[in-house]
Amino acid sequence: MILQAIAFWILAGVAVSAAFMVVAARNPVRSVMWLILTFFTTAGLFVLIGAEFLAMLLVVVYVGAVAVLFLFVVMMLDVDFVELKQGFLQYMPVGALIALIMLAEMAFVGASWAASRGEAAAQPPAIPVSASNIEAIGAVLYTEYVYFFQAAGMVLLVAMIGAIVLTLRHREGVKRQDIGKQVGRKRDEAVELVDIEQGEGIG
Amino acid sequence: MTEFLLEYLPILIFFGIASAMGIAFLVLPALIAPSDPDPDKTAAYECGFNAFEDARIKFDVRFYLVAILFIIFDLEVAFLFPWAATLIEMPDATRAFAFFSMLVFLGILTVGFIYEWRKGALEWE
Repeated sequence: MILQAIAFWILAGVAVSAAFMVVAARNPVRSVMWLILTFFTTAGLFVLIGAEFLAMLLVVVYVGAVAVLFLFVVMMLDVDFVELKQGFLQYMPVGALIALIMLAEMAFVGASWAASRGEAAAQPPAIPVSASNIEAIGAVLYTEYVYFFQAAGMVLLVAMIGAIVLTLRHREGVKRQDIGKQVGRKRDEAVELVDIEQGEGIG
Repeated sequence: MTEFLLEYLPILIFFGIASAMGIAFLVLPALIAPSDPDPDKTAAYECGFNAFEDARIKFDVRFYLVAILFIIFDLEVAFLFPWAATLIEMPDATRAFAFFSMLVFLGILTVGFIYEWRKGALEWE
């Protein structure tokens, strides 16, 4: 138990400081690297509370895909970051407001959880505690929460179509191989036999 | 709970060894490698000629499209894992429902897949 507590405090400390460094790092590529560290330590925290599947998902999806996408975006943004930081003070009030709202929301969630703790303990858990995390999710996700599941599918569909609509541009004048056209070509449209008089040429 | 966490002990040990090696490879050269820098040695190496531009260049936006499509299908596969792990143990009444709810989910994403195929989003120019 003491080992668990030590692991929790180390992971939580690293996660919070890495999250701070995401904001504080001057180089945006380094920010993304700190973000990856944050994801990893958060995955460790998930493992500590027994949510293995979420931990693996965090590593596979966030570290493996989202962080790489962020790196792409950071590298595609060919902007002067010094110039970008000059607007910092200007955007500070809005940012502080959003941060405050989020803090208030989290406080509400925490307070309501603390207030209803007695009631929640009285209800029997729907899933046996012995079930592993992935089984617990699978037991309810596709039946009880089917609408949320399908909504997730719709969100993914919208994301896919949105990404294609926003970024797909067909360039003009790009030569492509069209195998059907290649194979369907007849001899008489490709070869022309010409009788050439000696010494005259064809031009 | 503790038993479950003990299964992760090898990973923890692996992490420890990996970070120890990583730190060693950073610290040891700093201590023992000869260091005699000059401007040419410390400059970014670019195939033997002088570096003439910043390393941060604009990528074609298509890389981004491929990456985002990868994330979407990655998430689709992530949803498949709990389904595959639990379907066999479900009670008969809910199993068929769970099975077809996944098929509908896959169907929705297949619509997107067909769209992206027809649009030629996966083709490289």
